[in-house]
Parts: sequence; structure tokens; C-alpha cells
Amino acid sequence: MLNVKSPVNFSTNSKKHSDMSVDKTTVAKIARLARIDVPEERLEPLAAELNGILNWIAELDEVNTDNVTPLASVTGHALPMRDDVVNDGNCVDDVLANAPDSTSGFFVVPKVVE
Amino acid sequence: MSDLLSLTAVEARAALDKKSISAVELTTAYLGAAKATAGLNNYVALTSEKALEMAGQSDQRIAVGKAGLLEGLPIGVKDLFCTKGVTSTACSNILKGFVPHYESTVTSNLWAAGGVMLGKLNCDEFAMGSANETSAFGAAINPWQGPDKVDLVPGGSSGGSASAVAARSALMATGTDTGGSIRQPAAFCGTVGLKPTYGRCSRWGIVAFASSLDQAGPITRNVADNALMMTAMASHDVKDSTSTETPLQDLIKAVDGGVKGMKIGVPREYVMDGMDSEVVALWEQGQAWLKDAGAEMVEVSLPHTKYALPAYYIIAPAEASSNLARYDGVRYGARIEADTLDAMYEATRAAGFGDEVQRRIMIGTYVLSAGYYDAYYLKAQRVRRLIKNDFDTVFEKVDALLTPATPTAAFAVGRKIDDPVTNFLNDIFTVPANLAGLPGIAVPAGLTTQGLPLGLQVLGKAFDEASLYRVAGVLEQAAGFNHLPARMAGGTS
Repeated sequence: MLNVKSPVNFSTNSKKHSDMSVDKTTVAKIARLARIDVPEERLEPLAAELNGILNWIAELDEVNTDNVTPLASVTGHALPMRDDVVNDGNCVDDVLANAPDSTSGFFVVPKVVE
Repeated sequence: MSDLLSLTAVEARAALDKKSISAVELTTAYLGAAKATAGLNNYVALTSEKALEMAGQSDQRIAVGKAGLLEGLPIGVKDLFCTKGVTSTACSNILKGFVPHYESTVTSNLWAAGGVMLGKLNCDEFAMGSANETSAFGAAINPWQGPDKVDLVPGGSSGGSASAVAARSALMATGTDTGGSIRQPAAFCGTVGLKPTYGRCSRWGIVAFASSLDQAGPITRNVADNALMMTAMASHDVKDSTSTETPLQDLIKAVDGGVKGMKIGVPREYVMDGMDSEVVALWEQGQAWLKDAGAEMVEVSLPHTKYALPAYYIIAPAEASSNLARYDGVRYGARIEADTLDAMYEATRAAGFGDEVQRRIMIGTYVLSAGYYDAYYLKAQRVRRLIKNDFDTVFEKVDALLTPATPTAAFAVGRKIDDPVTNFLNDIFTVPANLAGLPGIAVPAGLTTQGLPLGLQVLGKAFDEASLYRVAGVLEQAAGFNHLPARMAGGTS
């Protein structure tokens, strides 16, 4: 098993991971942001589960990453451009085929404007 | 029938071309095998009619001398690939019943090469797991058993793929690998699994998990079959902006290329507490085999290895939380009705996603949220750079690396785990290659004293899959791994 180590040498400009364990309220906020309905009785256990993961992730605090550029993609080249022409379309039926609810060529959702 | 099932892909191709067997016969045998081993739960959909129709077309093409590279070979498809007119669910309740009107590029390539689709294979929900236990269709079972006959996991996330190939209910299978999801199940099931270089196989039409890490690859019975299937899978695809134009090497020839004169590194950091002593012994045996075959073995250091897993568990959930935002109950998939739009989203996603997926979406949402983005997400991306730099430095000196594939052999289904982190450790040897975008292959190399397969992993330079197949070919020869699992179609012939 990997050891969960306390942070040392943390030297970036932001918070220490060890200060950032989540509580019930934070979990409710994350659930809201993620648009997942988490029942009240699950908030506390979920906070414990997430903290288990977050505490383990805190191991990264040991690594000095000053002056290291974040790596978002390994390909190392710019995304290719293509001609600005229509190359797809006229497939409304295909697009709507798996919709839970649709009418007259549109997706249907609960009313958002009174 | 068991004779047909005992043929490797390369042998089956030769037999089909000689017309000593037909594609319909071969496909019929595999469909029978899939039904006979249904208890392993490795298929989530069997497309028998389509398979026989495709096999018939293969026979016609063979008759007129127009056989493709995979002509007539029965292939199982991980349920993460969208297949036109066939349910594609990522083994999630939120996509139950989803039938795409398009075909993924990888599967299109396989069918264009003459491959025959048998059906869709079980996997962890949205490929999030290392035991195939998070699937909405229930766990897939490993055809291998220890003396106690307890059901073992096939690994994951491509657990159904590895299980089906090992059980001979698919001749070959597609997998995807975000953190080890091809290599770990391949190792657990005594099969060969390749994660190609990032960009080698198109991601178009594959349900996205973590887009900067996801790669499709083949799971097969042996190394030569793997090279054959990989040759057909890979392509440059304008529909995937990260797809490479770097030409594919001659992989089929590479399998017999040998390792004479190659420098192969042994990273000293690929050791962990709690690692099976048999795994360590096999790793040392692998080094001896390669040395005997003429390779120079070199001890190397990848100092940031231990940080790969925690970095991965920031980056992968972050990308997943973004990718999975599309499952909103509006355009496709399940919907739970509610009075307001937000309530509908929340109810749909709560009901549709399983626990592990919800947990990872929450982690991802948290690490990307205001105030935490720098400390978690950017930090992880910086560590990712250091991990890639480690590999870049080492690959100036060596042609490939030899490591264990997994820290242990397959474990029991339903193993009680209180700490989700424990499950993550399965991927400790496989995750670094995903972060660095490098190719890796798992090859079965021995059995534990319990009679369970163990694999070795070979890692290589970007776009140098040929070196992996050279090393894998030598390991396969030296290991002479010809053991068969207990629960296999067609008995033990």
C-alpha cells in the first residue's frame, strides 16, 4: 500500500492539499455543480470517501514543480485546421433517434421559461 | 468445433485462405462458444445474425480472392465502442438502450479488413474500474480459477474482452486503455494486450472517459495475432484531432524480429510494498530471457513513478467530469422526469451513473472548481510533465523497458474494499505510460503457485510499437506459455 505522506516542500502559490479536506456542505456543493442528486444521508459517507482519495492525492505535495509547465497533451503539436466547409448535416432524424423526448425536430425538456 | 476454437488468428486466416474452413463455420463455432460460456458474463450483447451475415460476406470475398487482413476472423467489441445499429452502453444504466447511428473508426477499420463482429463485451461502467465490477450488467468472470474454484475478476476495465479471448468465445477483442484497462485485464486472463501510442488509434466513436489518456488497442491470444489486429485497427483519422499521421511500422514482421542488440531498461522504481514475490521472480526471469536472447539489460531510473497514480486520479476524473457532462437526459440515454430542467438533470444522473462513476465525477468536479484548479489540476499536469520527462530521458539510452504488468494475479470477485484507493493500485505499473502517451504491451509469462497467469509489460518509445512486438515475441517464445484456463469453451483441446 502506498503511504499517505504529509506535505513537505510545498512551494507553489496556492493552498496546501492538507488544508482542503471536504465536509458535508462542500460535498453538497460539488454534487450540485456536477448535477447529481445526492441524498442527504449519502453526504457524510461520500465526504469520507472523497477525503480518502484527496488525502492520498496530497502525496503530490512532495514534488517540487516550480517552473514546470503543465502538460495537457502529449502529442506536442497544434491541433490541425481544416477547410471551413460544411462536411456533415441534414441528419435530424439520426440526431433525434435516441432522444428520450422529441417533437417536430426538436429535443423536448421541462419548461424553463414561464 | 473445439478444433476451430483452438486455431489462432494467424492460423485461422491461413485455413480460411486454403478453404479448409469457412468463415461461417468459424463464426458459428464462436457463437456457440459464447453461449456455452455465458456464465462468465463477458458478453453484454451477442449479435449472432449480423455475425453470420458478415461471415457469409467474408466467405464470398475469400472465394473471389479479395480477403482482407482480418477476413473471416470473429471479433468481440468492448461495449465502449459505438457500433451502428447495435446497442452501445459503456455498461452504464444511463446509456441502456442507446443504439448509435454511426460506427466508431476503429470498428469500421476492423470490418473493412474483413473482421466479423460477434457482439459487445462487458466492461467497467464508462471504463472506470480495474475489476469489471462497476458494470451495470454485473461483473464479468475470469475463466481462470485457483484450486479453491472461487470466481476471480478478469481485471478491468476491458474485463469482458480479456475474459472472452481467454475463454475462446472471441478470437480477438477490442479494448481501451486509459490507465491500464487493456494491459491489466490481459495479464489477469493470460492474454496479450497492447495499448498503442496515444494517437495511433482513432478515438472517434469511442465513449470518452479521459480524452488525453484514452487509447484503443487489441486483446488477443498471442503476440502475432495482436500485431495482426493492431495493423488493421490503426489509422489516421481526420475525425480525431489527436490522431497521428506517423506511418505505422511493419508490426507483423516485428514479432519475429528478436532482441539482439537491443538495450532494454529495467526501472528500479517499479517495485511496491505488498507486491507479490512471484511477480518479482517472474520479472527477474523475464530479464534473464531477454539477456539470453541477446539484449543488453540496463538498470534505469524513472524517479517520479510513485506520483503517477495520484496525478492520474486528478487528471482522469477531471477529464471524465467534463466528458460525462453530456449525459443529461436530453439528447440520448435514460431520463428521469422531473418538474424543472435542473431537477431532471440531477435525478437522471443520480439514477443513471453507478457509485464509482459518481465518485469520479465528484472528484473531477472538485479539482476543477474555483480555488482548487491550480492546487490540484495544474499541479497534476506539472507532475505529468515530470513523468514524461523521466521517460524521455531514459529512452535516450534504451529501446524499451521491461516491467511487471500488475502487482498481483487476479483476485476474487466481490473482494471487500473499504478504501477506494486500494483498487487504484492495480494500475500502478500501467498508468505512467498513459500519462506519457507511450505504448505498452502485456504478455503472459508464467503462472503463480495457485495456477493463475502473470504478465510482463514492455513499454516503448512513442510510435515504436515494433520494438514492443520484438520484445514481446521473445518473451512469448521463452515463456512458452501454453496453459489454458479452467472455464474455457471447447474443453481443454
